[in-house]
Amino acid sequence: MNLQMFLQNLANGVSLGTLYALIACGYTMVYGILRLINFAHGEIFMLGAYFIYYNILLFALPWWLAFLIAVGATGLVGVAVDWIAYKPLRDAPRISALISAIGVSFFVQNLGLVVFGGRPKPFPVPAFFSQMVNVGGVRIMSLTFFIPILAIVLFLILSFLIYRTKPGLAMRAISKDIETARLMAVDINKTIAFTFAIGSILAAAGGAMWAMRYPQINPMMGTMPGLKAFIAAVLGGIGSIPGAMLGGLLIGLLEIMFVAFLPALSGYRDALSFIVLILILLVRPSGFLGEKGEEKV
Amino acid sequence: MRARIGLAIVLVLLVSQFALAVEPIRVGVYEPMTGNMAAGGQMTVEGINLAHELYPEVLGRPIQLFLVDNRSDQVESANAVARLIEHDKVSAIIGTYGSSNAIAGSDVAERHGIPVLATSATNPMVTQGKDYSFRTCFIDPFQGEVMANYTYNHLGLTKAALMVDVAADYSVGLANFFVATFEELGGEIVSQMRYQTGDQEFTAQLTEIIARGAEVLFIPGYFGDAALIARQLRDLGSDIQILGGDALDAPELMTIGGDAVEGLSISSFFSVEAPQTEETRIFAEAFQAKYGQLPNAMAALGYDSYMIIRDAIERAGSNDPQAIRDALAATKDFPAVTGNTTLNEHGDAVKDAVILQVQNGEFRYLTTVPAK
Repeated sequence: MNLQMFLQNLANGVSLGTLYALIACGYTMVYGILRLINFAHGEIFMLGAYFIYYNILLFALPWWLAFLIAVGATGLVGVAVDWIAYKPLRDAPRISALISAIGVSFFVQNLGLVVFGGRPKPFPVPAFFSQMVNVGGVRIMSLTFFIPILAIVLFLILSFLIYRTKPGLAMRAISKDIETARLMAVDINKTIAFTFAIGSILAAAGGAMWAMRYPQINPMMGTMPGLKAFIAAVLGGIGSIPGAMLGGLLIGLLEIMFVAFLPALSGYRDALSFIVLILILLVRPSGFLGEKGEEKV
Repeated sequence: MRARIGLAIVLVLLVSQFALAVEPIRVGVYEPMTGNMAAGGQMTVEGINLAHELYPEVLGRPIQLFLVDNRSDQVESANAVARLIEHDKVSAIIGTYGSSNAIAGSDVAERHGIPVLATSATNPMVTQGKDYSFRTCFIDPFQGEVMANYTYNHLGLTKAALMVDVAADYSVGLANFFVATFEELGGEIVSQMRYQTGDQEFTAQLTEIIARGAEVLFIPGYFGDAALIARQLRDLGSDIQILGGDALDAPELMTIGGDAVEGLSISSFFSVEAPQTEETRIFAEAFQAKYGQLPNAMAALGYDSYMIIRDAIERAGSNDPQAIRDALAATKDFPAVTGNTTLNEHGDAVKDAVILQVQNGEFRYLTTVPAK
């Protein structure tokens, strides 16, 4: 492998990794606050992409407006999912909410099949994002430069929300001790709904970016990226947002470099991510940047 | 009171006798209506429904179709066939698009002794060693040879790379047959990269293929994956020729692939631009009237499969699965939309292939390669 090829693969890896990072952020944020692995995250991601598609196709909106409306609508879906599927289980054991999340995932997928149809749809990509930029012989999609910017902006907004606002304070209180927070007159349901709204907005943003990079959307599109982002979140330390970003980047690079260096094994790429998951759970279950051994009650 | 009950019983008996007389002949259909092959399955079902609408009866009895979605999945395909046989009590089954689905489905049909006619599943294993399994299309050893010949002799390209979907029997089979003929002709396979159905990220494999100096990329995969592969190949700055097999024959290839698939050529079963029989014209007109667009090969094969099953039931003279199976096996020179169809000793149709090329966002007919 020559340097040019290596750099091209590096660019491809970063491009994929930033996408995983963006999706992993939403996963990890909901987990960090509620200790709930929201397995429906991939489906919310799918809904985000479809909402943009229909906004552009049916209402002929400019892409940025379509994007904003879709992201907002997906946030509302997140709140609705919490209200229907998780709120009734607030005091149930954590495993019940997890099972409920898996149920939501299947339900939304199949609802998508009925409403959107099973055939894949071409996602309209603004020319601005699909241009190829040539950097010293390495070809990079302009979208790839935009994703990290979006991720950082979202990260800053998120940090501000969590560390500088009252709802953020409530979210942190809930993450420490839900019962005490309730006694201190924190509106648990409102705060959790808020958390889901933000998580879903992150998923929708991820879905939009993913669909622009791989412009073929279908109701099952959330499954694999959702799983990979979950692995990324675990790798970085679930609950930690910088960890999710690091984990996403690592998984993306790993997948690309694996195929680049071992082309004969290219059919086993997906297996690699799951092997990483198993290894990290065995060796360092708290991930790279996770809080070590601090089990919250 | 008693007389009334007696009258009611007599009436019920009469009605049931009447109902028996027009008892429909039950035919099952299993196709991928959802999942990654949904476009192929839905187009096939459009063809089947059109044929059913034009020819709804056989032996003076209506034909009743039972459609089950196999979700582009092997396990679901086996379940679908079991459901059609055990729950819907069908006498014969049409389906399916996708060789992995057809292999799984025909195994179940074989155990129950119900004849099954595959629409566009081209892998040899669909019918191999099975008495009740047939198909309306040609098989991949022929298709692989057609494309290898086209690449080497017609296009004059000698360095080929492949992107093989290792999760699909169709893709692995077609790749092997292509490679065998291509190397026999004197061509060189510079790279054989793998992916799995539904993958969306192919840049690592394509970077490798470009670095190996391939002159042509053969994609024996399905339309959705191929459209993304083509896009990413062009994004990486390569303008080499892209070729594929019949599973690329779907409008989604162009809507998703956009400019990246311009000039891409495939082998397929049928083109409305090259009518084979009188039936082709009837079919094309009726299809356009019903669906407002031109039919492709999948719709044509769905239509043909229905017509061949109907013809077999007619010749069998009953809805007995064994009799239908024997009549199917004896199918000879049936004037189908995709050409006169004879089923050989393996249950496979022997047919010409057509080469199509994407021009201005749609498939155009290039040439016909005769069967042998």
